[in-house]
Amino acid sequence: MNPRRKKRLLGVVAIIVGIGAAIGLVLYALQENINLFYTPSELIEGKGSNKEKPHIGQKLRIGGMVVPGSVIRDETSLQVSFTLIDTGPLVTIKYQGILPDLFREGQGIVAQGVLIEPDVIEAFEVLAKHDEEYMPAEVAEAVKGIKHEKPKYNLESGN
Amino acid sequence: MIPEFGYFSLTLAMVLSVLLCIFPLWGAHTGNLRLMRAAPSLAVGQFVFVLVSFAALIYASLTDDFTVAYVAYHSSSTLPWYYKITSTWGGHEGAILLWLVMQAGWTAVVALRSNSLPWILRARVLGVLGFLGVGFMLYTLWMSNPFELLLPYFPVEGRDLNPLLQDPGMIIHPPLLYMGYVGLSVSFAFAIAALLTGKLDNTWAKWSRPWTMTAWGFLTLGITIGSWWAYSELGWGGWWFWDPVENASLMPWLVATALLHSLSVTEKRGVFKSWTVLLAIAAFSLSLLGTFIVRSGIIVSVHAFATDPDRGLFILAFLAIVVGGALTLYAFRVSQVHSEGRYKLVSREVALWLNNIFLVVATFIVLLGTLLPMVHKEMGLGSISIGEPFFNKMFAIILVPFAILMGIGPLLRWKQNKWSFLQNKLLIAALMSLVITAAWLYSSYAVVAPLTLLATTLAIWIVITTGVDLYVKATVQTNFSQGLKRLGLSYWAMVLGHVGIAFVIAGVTLTSAYSVERDVSMKPGEIVQLNQYQYRFEGVYTIRGANYSGYAGEVSVLKNDKLVTVLHAEKRHYDIGMQFMTEAAIDAGFTRDLYLALGEQLNNSGWSLRIYHKPFVRWMWIGGVLISLAGFMILGDKRYRTSKKSTDKSQEKLV
Repeated sequence: MNPRRKKRLLGVVAIIVGIGAAIGLVLYALQENINLFYTPSELIEGKGSNKEKPHIGQKLRIGGMVVPGSVIRDETSLQVSFTLIDTGPLVTIKYQGILPDLFREGQGIVAQGVLIEPDVIEAFEVLAKHDEEYMPAEVAEAVKGIKHEKPKYNLESGN
Repeated sequence: MIPEFGYFSLTLAMVLSVLLCIFPLWGAHTGNLRLMRAAPSLAVGQFVFVLVSFAALIYASLTDDFTVAYVAYHSSSTLPWYYKITSTWGGHEGAILLWLVMQAGWTAVVALRSNSLPWILRARVLGVLGFLGVGFMLYTLWMSNPFELLLPYFPVEGRDLNPLLQDPGMIIHPPLLYMGYVGLSVSFAFAIAALLTGKLDNTWAKWSRPWTMTAWGFLTLGITIGSWWAYSELGWGGWWFWDPVENASLMPWLVATALLHSLSVTEKRGVFKSWTVLLAIAAFSLSLLGTFIVRSGIIVSVHAFATDPDRGLFILAFLAIVVGGALTLYAFRVSQVHSEGRYKLVSREVALWLNNIFLVVATFIVLLGTLLPMVHKEMGLGSISIGEPFFNKMFAIILVPFAILMGIGPLLRWKQNKWSFLQNKLLIAALMSLVITAAWLYSSYAVVAPLTLLATTLAIWIVITTGVDLYVKATVQTNFSQGLKRLGLSYWAMVLGHVGIAFVIAGVTLTSAYSVERDVSMKPGEIVQLNQYQYRFEGVYTIRGANYSGYAGEVSVLKNDKLVTVLHAEKRHYDIGMQFMTEAAIDAGFTRDLYLALGEQLNNSGWSLRIYHKPFVRWMWIGGVLISLAGFMILGDKRYRTSKKSTDKSQEKLV
């Protein structure tokens, strides 16, 4: 091989190795940071056709309705716990901190956290990003089986 | 009457934009100068009618005309007048109308400021912009009419503007962002026109550059204000969430940044031509993709309000036509493009090429993280989300070589350099930045993590190397102060942009590393210590605003027993939407922000409060503003002024 070709070959090999390493790194980081979304019944009964259940210690997202009357606050600290429901089983969420403005009993929320018992999640984030009329899309889909529901405006009655 | 007039005006604008699309493009194809000459007046006419239409919507909102569905859903009679105006872009239909105003506005400005261009290119640029205008207007008139009426049963009161959007940041954030998004359509139009004409040369890059820079400046400012709005309004003290909608604005920004660096190479050296064109197409395509993501309803986000799958489908189809068409044209024409310049490994060309590589890789990472959850969901594999750590880790990895390169790049000359010429300067700069950073951080903080030290050193490194370069460039022929005056504005733009990035890096690093957050429950009179500050909770009183009522918690902040400030964090309850909103109290400072949010009342008569100490958080917005100034500065550069002298008779000829 003449020196010029050798140089080119080295260049090409370097580029391929570089791209490979980059893709590997991205996929590795991605794998660590993908959080699956569950509903309470999927969490208890398993998700998908294989009925896969999450393992203890897994990071996940859960969405459901806050069961009215289930919110228990600690007297002295900011520890709060509540249960979520979709169609049957209940899942308890524990959270330390201030709940978002739109958090209310009977409404849909999404929480991110770690599964600490088969039906208990220690949340590090509670989201309630939705307006009066509709739930987070993920929850609406899971609970009602409807996709992309448009919010309904009840102007005459509401105000 | 006025709303119907607005709709009618928009229809007229649509007719003009159809003509603007057909006449000049056909004229350029057949060599008919008369058809081409119609383009500027059509562009201006289109803008006037869109503007009238937008004014009609503002009028309807200001006069509480609740027969208009949009006004009824997004405004109310108790809303202050300035929010009545901003409510016209607080919802989907109005936001798209604002988009149209921007699109037509850019088209009109291009029409008026492009008289130094040969007619054939000018006509094609305006024709392509007209085509884009047709797409968006068709969408507005067909699927998202802001003038839809609620007759005969219209409400007596509106539903009010989403409280989150009742904020000064919201007044300016969307218009700036749209200016940026839509401005990139001008670079796109220039690229397509150049491909159609088959003349991709330095002159093309020279024409395209000021437009791209300006659009990029607006985009930068829009993103910066958006981040600041999220920080001050969402009550979480966060400034970037890697939310799909934020990512949608970041992707075009990254590609546009690559584009304007690549354009400078094409302009000065005549290389990277086909790559530059591809970037121009990609930047605008990503703006459109962003619109699709935001408006189609396939994502869950703070920003995704009323959404509709039909609308998503329309935008997707439009995206496919624009991107598909552009890439097809590119594929056919790119083989005719030849780069003539030669350069060696150690040269500014290579540095800028690497800059582009890093920026494109960063874009791909954001794209992957944004689209993967959507693809996953649409394939029926269930919902997933990709956590912030993924993006943070990836960006941290890219940042290191990128920032090092940012220091070296400007010092390099075109074509080739002797490495020995740079070696000493770079070594000294590296040592200096390390020493300064170490002295700064170790004197202020007890613990300094290696990554914090590294990232801050990189920020200082960028500043120092930029300073060295400034000195070298200024003292080439004369003494320093004389030389400074002779440097061009586009050079100063680079200095400002790079220093801005240094500010962003330092701000993000230090605020991430040293922010302290605490959720506490406090009774009146209690004191909490956070860093050097004591927070004394004074109690809660009730407040009453124009369209809300609520409570405000008063907290005195003390440092060494001296009063620093009194913060009033509010919890508002908006009358109409029945929504609660946390209005955080922020004591802003150059080196630190004190941030306080009021939670809820607890059973034991105490209140929950969230207190943050955020050092240097403002630096990233200062950086963002500096970077956007860099974008606007190029407008003052003499080289890019369209001078009447150079046009003289040549515009009569078909070049």
